[in-house]
Amino acid sequence: MNRKTFLTGITGLVAASTWAASGMALMAQSGEPIKIGEINHYKRLAAFAEPYKKGIELALEEINAEGGVLDRPLEFIFRDDQGDPGEAIKIAEELMTSEGAAMITGSILSNVGLAIASLAAEKEWVYLAAEPLADAVTWSQGNPWTFRLRASTYMQAAMLAEQAAQTDAVKYATIAPNYAYGKDAVAAFKEVLTELKPEVEFVGEQWPALFKIDAGAEVQALERAKPDAIYNVTFGPDLAKFVREGGTRGLFEGRTVYGLLSGEPEYIEPLGDEAPEGWVVTGYPWYDFTEDDGANKAFVDAYQARWEETPKLGSLVGYMTAQSIAAAIEKAGSTEGDAIRQAFEGLTVETPVDTITFREIDNQATMGAFVGKTMLKDGAGVMTDWTYKDGADYLPSDEEVAKLRPAE
Amino acid sequence: MGLFIAQLLTGLANAGALFMVASGLSLIFGVTRVVNFAHGSFYMLGAYVGYTLMQVLPGAVGFWGAILLAGLIVGLIGIIVEICVLRPVYSAPELFQLVATFGVILVIQDLTLMIWGPTDLLGPRAPGLKGVVRIMGEPVPQYDIALIVITPFVALALWYLIARTRVGTLVRAATQDREMVGALGVNQAWLFTGVFFLGCALAGLGGALQLPKGGADLLMDFSILASVFVVVVIGGMGSLPGAYLAAVIISVLNVFGVTYLPQSTLVLMFVVMVIVLMVRPFGLLGREEVAGEHGQVGEPERPIRPAGTGVRLLVAFLLALLASVPLLGSNFYNVLITDILIFCLFAASLHFLLGQGGLVSFGHAAFFGGGAYVAALLVTYAGTPMELALLLAPLGAGLAAIVIGWVCLRSTGVYFAMLTLAFGQLLWSLAFQWGDITGGDDGLVNIWPSDWASDNVVFFYLALVLCVGGILLLRHAAHAPFGYALRAARDSARQAEATGINTRHVQWVAFTFAGTMAGLAGGLFVFSKGSVFPNELEIARSFDALIVVFLGGVKTLSGGWVGGAFFESVKDVLTRFEYWRLALGLLIIFVVIVAPDGIVGSLRKLGERLGWLRGERELR
Amino acid sequence: MTPVLSVRNLSRSFGAIRAVDDVSFDLAPGELLALIGPNGAGKSTCFNMLMGQLRPSAGKVLLKGQEITGMRPRRIWRMGVGRTFQITATYASMTVVENVQMALISHYRRIYAPLPYATRLYRDEAMDLLETVGMEDQADRHCAVLAYGDLKRLELATALAHDPFLLLMDEPTAGMAPRERIGLMQLTADILNSKGISVLFTEHDMDVVFAHAHRVMVLNRGQLIANGPVEEIRADPRVQEVYLGGGTVFAAQAAGAHDA
Repeated sequence: MNRKTFLTGITGLVAASTWAASGMALMAQSGEPIKIGEINHYKRLAAFAEPYKKGIELALEEINAEGGVLDRPLEFIFRDDQGDPGEAIKIAEELMTSEGAAMITGSILSNVGLAIASLAAEKEWVYLAAEPLADAVTWSQGNPWTFRLRASTYMQAAMLAEQAAQTDAVKYATIAPNYAYGKDAVAAFKEVLTELKPEVEFVGEQWPALFKIDAGAEVQALERAKPDAIYNVTFGPDLAKFVREGGTRGLFEGRTVYGLLSGEPEYIEPLGDEAPEGWVVTGYPWYDFTEDDGANKAFVDAYQARWEETPKLGSLVGYMTAQSIAAAIEKAGSTEGDAIRQAFEGLTVETPVDTITFREIDNQATMGAFVGKTMLKDGAGVMTDWTYKDGADYLPSDEEVAKLRPAE
Repeated sequence: MGLFIAQLLTGLANAGALFMVASGLSLIFGVTRVVNFAHGSFYMLGAYVGYTLMQVLPGAVGFWGAILLAGLIVGLIGIIVEICVLRPVYSAPELFQLVATFGVILVIQDLTLMIWGPTDLLGPRAPGLKGVVRIMGEPVPQYDIALIVITPFVALALWYLIARTRVGTLVRAATQDREMVGALGVNQAWLFTGVFFLGCALAGLGGALQLPKGGADLLMDFSILASVFVVVVIGGMGSLPGAYLAAVIISVLNVFGVTYLPQSTLVLMFVVMVIVLMVRPFGLLGREEVAGEHGQVGEPERPIRPAGTGVRLLVAFLLALLASVPLLGSNFYNVLITDILIFCLFAASLHFLLGQGGLVSFGHAAFFGGGAYVAALLVTYAGTPMELALLLAPLGAGLAAIVIGWVCLRSTGVYFAMLTLAFGQLLWSLAFQWGDITGGDDGLVNIWPSDWASDNVVFFYLALVLCVGGILLLRHAAHAPFGYALRAARDSARQAEATGINTRHVQWVAFTFAGTMAGLAGGLFVFSKGSVFPNELEIARSFDALIVVFLGGVKTLSGGWVGGAFFESVKDVLTRFEYWRLALGLLIIFVVIVAPDGIVGSLRKLGERLGWLRGERELR
Repeated sequence: MTPVLSVRNLSRSFGAIRAVDDVSFDLAPGELLALIGPNGAGKSTCFNMLMGQLRPSAGKVLLKGQEITGMRPRRIWRMGVGRTFQITATYASMTVVENVQMALISHYRRIYAPLPYATRLYRDEAMDLLETVGMEDQADRHCAVLAYGDLKRLELATALAHDPFLLLMDEPTAGMAPRERIGLMQLTADILNSKGISVLFTEHDMDVVFAHAHRVMVLNRGQLIANGPVEEIRADPRVQEVYLGGGTVFAAQAAGAHDA
């Protein structure tokens, strides 16, 4: 009796999988499509994953309109992993062995990214970590099969530290969510800033639990430390609460705040007219692009035309992910794993922001970030006086990087 | 001094929303005995509904009106949930309703996403209360002051309702003795509905009231749930003054924790809860739960019987079938079924504790994740081979269970459950916080099987042998004298103690045994995935197992693994669709309503009715 | 000859209330001793202290001369004392015979034995015990569906599992119809006599008490006010007063009063 139930479950599963597989087959156009497995947290982090997915889809439409890759259509299989690393591993196995994907990409959360990276090395599958920021992806846990597109935590923190070093501020306080990304971000900022300006002093560190910030208390604690400037790593709902309490209680008066990622539309848009002014942030000023910005402007226009909504940073990353993969496969001339891996090493890709290179030394792409100051414009927070910082300039020396990576 | 007072005020203001949500949960539990997991979802709904109303209604009147209306609307939604989802399952076994509320969480999550979209909403500020008041030079937001004033009024109004009105008398009577209320000629069903309305309305009110301090986002249902449970438990389940006291204590302690121990934010409240429950096993103002008071609702569990030859042959045949899965030649099925097997062992271990021992653990992931971490740490730091790590993982988890069990078994019932939850959370924060050793939430990676087992097929067989072996061992233990002693301790601790059985000891051994088996599952898990992260220790992981155990059927021998296999399979199919949470939530609610005895229990009944199985009647 | 059970100056207070106040008595081997008293007289409190469920505030309990005051119930049970409860306590999820087997498994210290299945352990011995209470034909029934009287008999069989020399029975016939009571008590008395077990029992039903007890003690407001053979107690004016004061007489009709 009981075993029967189990069997029913299994049969149902078999039936459903075959159904899914046949559905995929129908989508094939001219020539067998090249499939890419895309694993993400579509439900858990919907606000981030959806623009990212739209960016990919836009790129795919463009690529396939121009004849695809290796004269075959490029196709992404999108799967939700619920933000659970174990689930992501299972899906990766399925995508690579049952769905016939040529390689894997995806994930926003660093831990899922690291889990897939480990699997990629074990199974010798190519994995392009597009969004995960953890330095470990390309450094301490780096491996030959894993590549990363976005500027890492270290790179973006270094950009802000460079800005901070140019001011008179000496006493800094930090606030970062109490998990690996927050800790990495604070450590990198401290390291680079101390190197550039040895006299700085860190007078307070606050570690609110991720998405459970007690903003009033955190603001009081920061105020108590009497810093000259503040380095903020909180984001999402935590950032909204922090900005509101900090503004109400006057924490930001007379202090420069350096906000990692705070200028990304994903984070600054929900703040509306309460977006803080005068923060130095990394972000994405899509609204400011003019014809002079060339490809940037073209991408933003195309995205808005296609989706009838404004792009987020995730949109750009998704777009660049598909571009990078297409370029790698084209260069490899095959969909065979090792060929793609070799193609990624040293690969250069023309993207909206710049020409980026996947460095041979650590598989990190040189995609940079926009750094600027926040201000309010028409009741919304925007970045002003921004510049695009090339990621290549914010990486440690090759010798140091070599030391960071495990021996291959 | 100024700062101290300002901090105290911040804590008091924070206590407001927390108290309202917690008092709602406490009320609902006190009267209906439903542990409402979905309470955080009602809080989230309150925030979203309140936000929308504030966009429409103008000015200060609109603002406060929106908050009240949000409470009302969420209360009405609560009524719908109560009538459609909970009413059909009140007579189901104890705590079974929590599974239904878990389904409600999933449904509300997806519906909220559909209606309000994925972007976080920043709450509007309260008109006229945007500034600060200077108290001894320290800025205190005006809205904080408003919250500090409002909360005691809500608390007083509640107190008046409960202590001074006829409805309140009935509610109090129901908290003491549900059947008595029925005997008084009061329609119990509508009393429950009313209480559910009130409880949900309070949660909605809490959600709307916190809008000016934050906003509405899709993660807020889970982020408040743990704190609310902690508050209710510290205060004493069912006690409103207790909830208020605990909300204030937790909020104020948290403010000082943030300032003087910034790294403590993850664990502080759980440490407080463990300490409080060690000293006062029923919370600060809670009342001792009389044994069996909320126990066996519905029909009693049936005696178990060893499998006959026919069943054994069937099992052998099906195992052979399972063993031939790799012949299908699909790598993915090997991987998927390995996953399912591991989860089944995990679920079966919890089922043993819950079904045989009547010990409802909310923190069983501590041992699953614990085993996984033991193996991962051994491999990472000692280069331990897989074979040895797989042996030490269950031992390590078992060791943890010895310690945790010793503390938790000092309490009973819901308090026991909450203590296990607290320890799960403590272990989680240890793994999360102690980054130098555990890698924090970047976890431990590159933990792959030995060369001989690195092929997915070989690992499948390894998992098959160990998981089926583990499940059979658990089943054997249920039939062995030990399993009987465990059931004896559950059925009548008094009689068991009076016939020489050391019930606490038996339960302790069972807790350790279940922890060990969960640790084995965890060890296998880490080698199948190659990595481990703190989320394997999370509350959500414990709930995964808890839900499938209830859905499989607590009062059966095979409910654990059957539920596990069924739901892991279904989930794998459903997650391929966009609104899979909605579908899964509805499926859970559906199963709960049509199969209140769980899948196995209800199929057994069906089989008996159709005459396929020898039924209960023949035993009479 | 050493008394089977000696109680010396046993007291227990709950706050200001002295539930049991300076109670002393002995129980001789083979004796059937009844402890009676109106509701709230302290009988159950007294019992719970004898069996270790409750710690006395003062006083001593000696079992065959050995002090057992404050010992846990399970240890006292291991020393050869059986107990039945006022409200039956059986394992509802087991069959009738398994209930008895469970006590036997505990008695033979086989709880942690890996083999064999519990349902096969000491089944014959359990069946013998069921036979002595006349329940062998119900052995495989689900305990949860038994009639109340049968539960009482089952509890008796379970209490006899470890071959006790002393049995403490708290209202063995509570909640039963009058006719059943006589039957059950007769059965109990016969078994105990044949096995030479000493018994201390409390009882509301005076017919039962006077028909079977060798000796009767009367407890009122925590104090022992009378202690003697049946006839003497029946004639004792203080006892009469206690019971008449409560509005009842020594007759079957008293039984109806506490059945509700």
